[in-house]
Amino acid sequence: MSFDVPDDLQYLESHEWIDPETGRVGISDFAQDELGDVVFVELPGVGDDLEAGGEFGVVESIKAVSDIYAPVSGEVTAVNEDLADQPELVNEDPFGDGWLVELDFDDADLEDTLDADEYHDQIA
Amino acid sequence: MGLRTPPLYGRHEDRGASFTEFGGWDMPVDFAGIQEEHAAVREAAGIFDVSHMGEIEVSGPDAERLMQRLTTNDVTSLDPGDAQYAAITDEDGVMVDDTVVYRTPDDWGDAEFLFVPNAGHDEAAYDRWTDYRDAHDLAATVDNVTTDYGMVAVQGPEAPDLVAARAGEDVRDLSMFEAAGAEVAGVDCLVANTGYTGEAGFELVFPADGAGAVWDAFANDCQPCGLGARDTLRMEYGFLLSGQDFHPEDDPRTPLEAGISFVVDLDTEFVGRDALAAHQDAGLDQTFVGLTLDERGVPRHGYAITTPDGEEIGEVTSGTMSPTLNEPIGLGYVDADYAEDGTTVHVDVRGTGKQATITTPPF
Repeated sequence: MSFDVPDDLQYLESHEWIDPETGRVGISDFAQDELGDVVFVELPGVGDDLEAGGEFGVVESIKAVSDIYAPVSGEVTAVNEDLADQPELVNEDPFGDGWLVELDFDDADLEDTLDADEYHDQIA
Repeated sequence: MGLRTPPLYGRHEDRGASFTEFGGWDMPVDFAGIQEEHAAVREAAGIFDVSHMGEIEVSGPDAERLMQRLTTNDVTSLDPGDAQYAAITDEDGVMVDDTVVYRTPDDWGDAEFLFVPNAGHDEAAYDRWTDYRDAHDLAATVDNVTTDYGMVAVQGPEAPDLVAARAGEDVRDLSMFEAAGAEVAGVDCLVANTGYTGEAGFELVFPADGAGAVWDAFANDCQPCGLGARDTLRMEYGFLLSGQDFHPEDDPRTPLEAGISFVVDLDTEFVGRDALAAHQDAGLDQTFVGLTLDERGVPRHGYAITTPDGEEIGEVTSGTMSPTLNEPIGLGYVDADYAEDGTTVHVDVRGTGKQATITTPPF
């Protein structure tokens, strides 16, 4: 099986992604497939400060509860309100409509993340 | 030690199943996704490989007495071809497992009794049976035939048609918990009107070398399902899962607490009988209940159940987002004072008390 790994995103070993342009954060195609049907997403509020590597929410599928980790430090500027009623968006479009939060962050923090090639090697 | 694999493992791999460890077995957790498989069983039909379930055969002059002493239900009430649900209890009345006991029909197999312990419990059950036999000088043979047999469950509103078309129309005449011998795809099967989904359906037991032929006879005409959907389906009906809803060390429970007093016949003599009679007289401190969460979240095994004020009154043992209802549901034990249908309680979901309502299953 092969999974989408968009080139323009940065990744964590724990399968989160961040878009360096917009600060959007989500979980990868690989992660949503491992979890199976997502039924509940617990997210922080706008204005909350996240710390790189820290837990900031939970994605629950029917079979598992999975913590999600912040790729970078930063302030939450938006959360995906659609996930409250449509958590399945995480499965259907993990890099698009299934995004989780947007962060205001410092570009220097991206140094500790993986690029698409490095992440692809990890899940291959 | 490596994991045990069912005889159909290769077929599941070819079909793209994801696997999980359960009871020492490497079993398919899903094929097409839990929600899709769950819906197929509620609306049409699905087939489950349940070859991880144990099979133990018991025969001989004292076979009935041995079965009666080690299970809580009344084995003497079974005619050939009848089955019954039962608990297996220790001297304290604590459930070590639950099981289905068959007095096998005359047209299938050589043994007098077959019983089905849960996955990974077959060796302990075999030891319990042979130890008791030897200690009481009973004349009975006990054989652990778990790896000699395969087992599938065909479940759902269309299951009776599917099974009748392959095993013969006579299977339609089987009552609940009744079984008969029948040939499917040239394989001698025990066909039982039993299941773990709440739907109509059958479970088939057959020699392991016939597993492929039996599976292939069904698997293109109904949805192959994994343990994930098996779990969500049984939760919607409030059926117990051994090891999760009760566990002799981690969460010791009597069958009375676990809500299955209907399989305990105190007029029979069995290991744990006196303890259960005393338990019944003393009254139950806690009982097994269902609950629905009124707020967003999912109750999970081990989460505390509290009063709205936060006083702990029990614990969730199983929970999920119900695929049928699209609502969070849970099973667990609460103090008897809070067990009434409609009682408002809280479930501690990662530090936050979420409102829930006691709801008697099926949900």
